[in-house]
Amino acid sequence: MKVSFTVNGEPVSVDVPPEMPLLWVLRDVLELKGTKFGCGIAQCGACTVHLNGNATRSCVLPVSQAEGAEVRTVEGLSPDGTHALQQAWKELDVPQCGYCQAGQLMSAAALLERNGSPTDQEIDAAMNGNICRCATYLRIKQGIRAAAGLPATEDGSMEGSAGGAAHPTPSS
Amino acid sequence: MKTTVSRRQFLRVSALAGGGMLIATHLDAFGIAGSLGEGAPAEETLNAFIRITPDGVVTIMAKNPEIGQGVKTMLPMLIAEELDVDWTDVRVEQASFDPDKYDGQFAGGSNATPQAWLPMRRVGAATRTMLVAAAAQEWDVPAADCETEAGVVRHRGSGRSAGYGELATRAAAMPAPDLDAVPLKDPAEFRIIGSRIPGVDNHAIVTGEPLFGIDFTLPGMQWAVFQKCPVFGGKVRDANLDHVRGLPGVTHAFVVEGGDSLNGLLDGVAVVGESWWATNRARRELEVTWDEGPTASQSSEGFAHQAAELFEGPAGFSVRSDGAADDALAGAAQVVEAEYDYPFLSHATLEPQNCTAHYRNGRLEIWAPTQTPQSGRGLVARTLGLEPEEITIHLQRIGGGFGRRLANDYMVEAARIAMEVEGPVKLLWTREDDMRHDFYRPAGFHRLSGGVDDQGRLVAWKNHFVSFGEDESFASSAGVSANEFPARFVPDFELGASLIPFGIPTGALRAPGSNGLAFVYQSFIDELAHAAGRDPVDFRLELLSREVEGQGLDPERMRGVLELAAEVSGWHTRRGQLPRGTGMGVAFHFSHRGYFAEVVQASVSPEGDLTVDRVWAAGDVGGQIINESNAEHQTQGAVLEGISQALGQEITIEDGRAAQGNFNVYPLLRHAQAAPVEVHFLRSDNPPTGLGEPPLPPAIPALTNAIFDATGHRVRSLPINKHDLSWS
Repeated sequence: MKVSFTVNGEPVSVDVPPEMPLLWVLRDVLELKGTKFGCGIAQCGACTVHLNGNATRSCVLPVSQAEGAEVRTVEGLSPDGTHALQQAWKELDVPQCGYCQAGQLMSAAALLERNGSPTDQEIDAAMNGNICRCATYLRIKQGIRAAAGLPATEDGSMEGSAGGAAHPTPSS
Repeated sequence: MKTTVSRRQFLRVSALAGGGMLIATHLDAFGIAGSLGEGAPAEETLNAFIRITPDGVVTIMAKNPEIGQGVKTMLPMLIAEELDVDWTDVRVEQASFDPDKYDGQFAGGSNATPQAWLPMRRVGAATRTMLVAAAAQEWDVPAADCETEAGVVRHRGSGRSAGYGELATRAAAMPAPDLDAVPLKDPAEFRIIGSRIPGVDNHAIVTGEPLFGIDFTLPGMQWAVFQKCPVFGGKVRDANLDHVRGLPGVTHAFVVEGGDSLNGLLDGVAVVGESWWATNRARRELEVTWDEGPTASQSSEGFAHQAAELFEGPAGFSVRSDGAADDALAGAAQVVEAEYDYPFLSHATLEPQNCTAHYRNGRLEIWAPTQTPQSGRGLVARTLGLEPEEITIHLQRIGGGFGRRLANDYMVEAARIAMEVEGPVKLLWTREDDMRHDFYRPAGFHRLSGGVDDQGRLVAWKNHFVSFGEDESFASSAGVSANEFPARFVPDFELGASLIPFGIPTGALRAPGSNGLAFVYQSFIDELAHAAGRDPVDFRLELLSREVEGQGLDPERMRGVLELAAEVSGWHTRRGQLPRGTGMGVAFHFSHRGYFAEVVQASVSPEGDLTVDRVWAAGDVGGQIINESNAEHQTQGAVLEGISQALGQEITIEDGRAAQGNFNVYPLLRHAQAAPVEVHFLRSDNPPTGLGEPPLPPAIPALTNAIFDATGHRVRSLPINKHDLSWS
């Protein structure tokens, strides 16, 4: 079955079984490897893309449902890695293993596009479908706040980061 | 695993075609001193640590597998510091597995920092020495009158200067210094070590470049799935291969005959096809008749029953016995008895296991996200009848290690499949394959008796540990060290074990052993502190103030982090001011050379809903933190992983198989549950050690101790979410 949609602004047309999930069309037909496979049942969020601007788990979305849609992947977040979220991720050193981060970025980008100044609670609600197995959650939140131009923490404290504060030993 | 202790290091240098230099060290296994110097064979230039091209760009090879621990950034930082270049001029490349050129290419045991701290710096320093020598020769001045800064050599007298790029070709012809004798920087001069350096792959990660094993493709590559028996070690009796071969997109379906070792190639059915999705979909119609074998009768419930029976008798064997624990218990002012247990856990790396392999002309080429390429190569060679030299392994960025990829089961499966298929093939597991065929953190059961004297001091300790294994040999990661705290610190101490034989594969999960033992021991110490009517911090400080002998944790360093954790958390002030239902708990643990004490503040609603409010972590991993950004971040990640395990993670074995297959039933910590984690480092006068593991173990008992402080509920069995924590 032929399915036509746009990916990062480029029109594409693929001839694949209609029930093939968008994730595998992106990764293995269109060779866009940024979107990741983590669970296959929309539980981890590694496969998050935008479908007409909404954060969508591509691992459970039959490609037939993307017909005519605008699909955006992490590769399309910016031409050169300069999206405010990508900049914040690099500067704050958000990734550890890095595997989940494309999905985190796409969920965060969808959040900021509809709410430019989210509270921490709104960030948690929008991001709760994205698992980070390395638990980089504190820096992800900092990154979203930085990209939104918000102070590092909601209450103005050094929350979550004492900067690895140095303490000389009493004896030395 | 190799160590670098008392081993002479060679330095190999060669000129790059087109100018520049390249330098490699080789840690000689035979202890022969010497230097190959210039004129190393041409193929030596294929692998090295440093490449400097005439434009001044410095490329540093990262030798170890990157699993998210930050080693691909950290090892090159050490080299760049002593080479004396600007970090912005450094490019980092991942080295392939090459034991002829690199030593210790593995990721595990928080070993990279202690093993690489001096050797990698010496590589940088030796190269800098040669660049200085080259400049001195060119200018006909003494090398001692030259200095370096940010990739430039300068002659102090004349002010002449030259960039490393200009000097590189001449430097390659200079005699290579003895690595053991090369002078290193005074730490006060460090400009890269001790700063915050973001991960070298961050840009590629946030732009979605193909980086991970799962992303790697080759022209003409086919895809494979591998169906193993859900019961560990089960054998294939029969399968409807002809039917599966006829399904759309499928090119091959065949039975793989495996061995009996759970660490090796196991029986299964391989299905190969043109796309992974189509190939995996064909599995829905794959019907296999299994010979499930003896493990089919085993279960978590059965193990718990066996443990309860074993607790009725004496321990099967002694691990440590000091003094007379029974007598001391009989004479103690107060005795506390308790039973603790913790479940099997899955690693659940977010990138499922995968491996790409290509067999041609008698050689096997492998692209693998593996923590242990050397043992992977050995396993593949042994299993498939190849010589190790016939196998090449390329290392790829790993979407989470945590110890899972110390095993190479997916590698030997991919290799075996590749030998039956024309062209390259990539094996990819589903999440369910991954969770149901892990090397699990072993469950464990403990019966404990502890006695305190009339001064409120811990004086007697008796622990019967029911674990898994055969005879007196613990299964992988199911053991306990005879020096595990509070051994050495309690005069009358007895630690015995009884082992249950089983057929479940187990292995190392981040801070193996410690991630279960710390929960038990630091919780029980908390029980004893409460029984003694002592403050939990003060009770522990007294214990750590005793004179001890033998191997194990250094009490002075542990007191340091415990006092720091108490100070930064406001333990002695804040704790008394908390509302009902909110409490603070403390714990410490020594593992992988690292000292961590942690305080958790947690709140429990009257209905029993638990919230982790905040964590304070105090660590001592030596006087020098190499990368401030990653050190803080690893600590936060390890602490939150501990909390994740404690809150709700559990693999239950039913009928010889893992009952859980995906994240809907194996809950990992999510955004809304991630408490702020404050990280503090005590800079003790000790060489730097690793951080991947030691911050994890104390987080679990600090949390369960906080729950007790908040509610009076003592959590003695993990995970927490199976307990009713409600209070009134």
